[in-house]
Amino acid sequence: MRRILLIITVLLLAAPAVPAATVAGPVKIGVILPITGPAAPYGEAALQGIRLAHEHQPTVLGRPVKLLVADNRSDKIESSSAANRLIQRDKVAVIIGPLSSSTTMAAGPVAEKAGVPLVTGWATNPVVTRGKKYVFRTCFIDPFQGRVAANFALRDLGAKTAAMLIDNSRDYSVGLAAFFQRAFVAGGGKIVIKSLYGAHDQDFSAQLGAIKSKNPDVIYLPGYFPQLPLIIRQAREMGLKQPFLGGDAAQADEVLKIGGQAVEGLMLTTHFDESGATTAAGKRYAAAYRAKHKKAPDAMGALGYDTYMIVLAAIAKAGSLQADKIVAALEATQGFAGVCGMTNIHGHDAVKPAVILKVKDGKYVYVTTVEP
Amino acid sequence: MTGPEFLQQLINGLTLGSLYALIAIGYTMVYGILRLINFAHGDVLMAGCYIAWYGVVMFHLPWWAALAGAMALAALLGVLIDQGAYRPLRQAPRISALITAIGISFLLENLGLVVFGGRPKAFVRPEVFNHIYQWGELRVLSLSVWVPVITAVILAGLVFVIYRTRTGMAMRAVSRDMSTVQLMGIDTNRVVALTFALGSALAAAGGVFWAMKYPQINPLMGVLPGLKAFVAAVLGGIGNVVGAMLGGMILGLAEILLVALLPEMAGYRDALAFVLLIAILLLRPTGIIGEELPE
Repeated sequence: MRRILLIITVLLLAAPAVPAATVAGPVKIGVILPITGPAAPYGEAALQGIRLAHEHQPTVLGRPVKLLVADNRSDKIESSSAANRLIQRDKVAVIIGPLSSSTTMAAGPVAEKAGVPLVTGWATNPVVTRGKKYVFRTCFIDPFQGRVAANFALRDLGAKTAAMLIDNSRDYSVGLAAFFQRAFVAGGGKIVIKSLYGAHDQDFSAQLGAIKSKNPDVIYLPGYFPQLPLIIRQAREMGLKQPFLGGDAAQADEVLKIGGQAVEGLMLTTHFDESGATTAAGKRYAAAYRAKHKKAPDAMGALGYDTYMIVLAAIAKAGSLQADKIVAALEATQGFAGVCGMTNIHGHDAVKPAVILKVKDGKYVYVTTVEP
Repeated sequence: MTGPEFLQQLINGLTLGSLYALIAIGYTMVYGILRLINFAHGDVLMAGCYIAWYGVVMFHLPWWAALAGAMALAALLGVLIDQGAYRPLRQAPRISALITAIGISFLLENLGLVVFGGRPKAFVRPEVFNHIYQWGELRVLSLSVWVPVITAVILAGLVFVIYRTRTGMAMRAVSRDMSTVQLMGIDTNRVVALTFALGSALAAAGGVFWAMKYPQINPLMGVLPGLKAFVAAVLGGIGNVVGAMLGGMILGLAEILLVALLPEMAGYRDALAFVLLIAILLLRPTGIIGEELPE
């Protein structure tokens, strides 16, 4: 009897020690993405990638990972308040997101001030991480993307003149156009016209009329959905026959749905395509994505997957949730064989290959891969 | 800029202008009768677009049936908004009704986000409106020819209703003095409901043609056309349906020509609309052909 009591006592004493590990609770990772608003198609695709990664690897440091998703409504101000909310109220260890460069430039300073690592997988404008200790990205930056596009226009399309149509309200569009121009002119090309539009515009007839009169060989359109398919449709209606070349924001299901016949032949630079997948992770991701969503995987989701995995690898390497240790681990990320290919973090930016896609028969088709 | 190019830009401006005009007519009508700036007009427009979209995509209706359905249901929505939100405030200060209108606008937008989802949908442009007419270097979409025609027909119909029918006479009387009109045995609530029904049906029509021209719809799509139509209505003389048409055309032309002639100023396109609004309010508050408000 005494022995049984002793065992029970020991068990009772030991019992709290077992849940003690789970008392520390899950590892909270905040996700800021545009779930509603004009950038929603990108946000939804990105979230699919993150959720798939979470299914594949739901724990770190022996604790479950909890994703806290905040909608920034495609808006800059909402992005910084979402970052505040995730940090102050939810006490997240790391934030993944936001998506566009402008919204990341709004949320980045909030995370920087609070000393919480913020890792975007999608914001390509170089200014996003400049001078920041806690802000990282896992995608390539626009000087590279602009150069890839310019070289493709010069060599593969044989273009000598180009027009640029720029969304003046987005850091992404303005920056990417500047880098395209630099590389295109350096390669012997000429920019014949630079037209601007705003994020709320729906009518582009004035800009397209001006471009038509200059008759360029190619039109560079580093634009976003929903303007991008509208612009191309209106261009075709106005009789412009030139090829359009876009950036990574030109890939979304809605671009094809709204663009229809008009976006056939649209070319773009982006991060991932299953036909160009070089790593085992890329092939596995493509198969898993197809099995789950019954459609071809896109770049936004692939970046989401890689970002989650890079963040988890950094936490595992840091061995704790201390921000400074995670930052050191992120900075040391080298040779990460992700879905989008071999990824190295230099400074706070990623260096990795770009792929070029073309719209054919209502689908994005792989053209080529450009190594950094 | 060459001659044909300038002509093409003029056509582009008139196309945009006639869309603004179509939306502005409904806007100005409600104001003319009630002295209420119905900020929810743009959101009724959005609701009308979604109704038409569901009609075409889910029920495979022909475009004209979807348009008619959208106008009818938007009219019903307009009447419900009036009954639920504005009628209890008929005797309240005008500012209360204005703030309620803004509230209704936010309500419809966020309801749209919940019901229809945040992702934009592709709107279908019927074949009739998808031809391209070409004369030399000039190219015009058939929709761009039809919209001004439809706008003119609607305008003529409205002018007839307002100036030649008993109901129109009652509407004009209500706009002068609501309480006196009641003493004359006119059911003002019926007249106001009718005004809202007509105005909302016009918003839906404007929205459907807007969506055919710029074929994507989302729950926040009504905000900017609504604001631009408001500017157009004030420009022409708020409360005056012919003025709304004129204001819309001027605004459309001004925007296109700004971007065409001064490409580096393209970012100030929306600013231009509001600068025009401020200028007209300072120089000629009654608008281009607006009548003096009775004291």
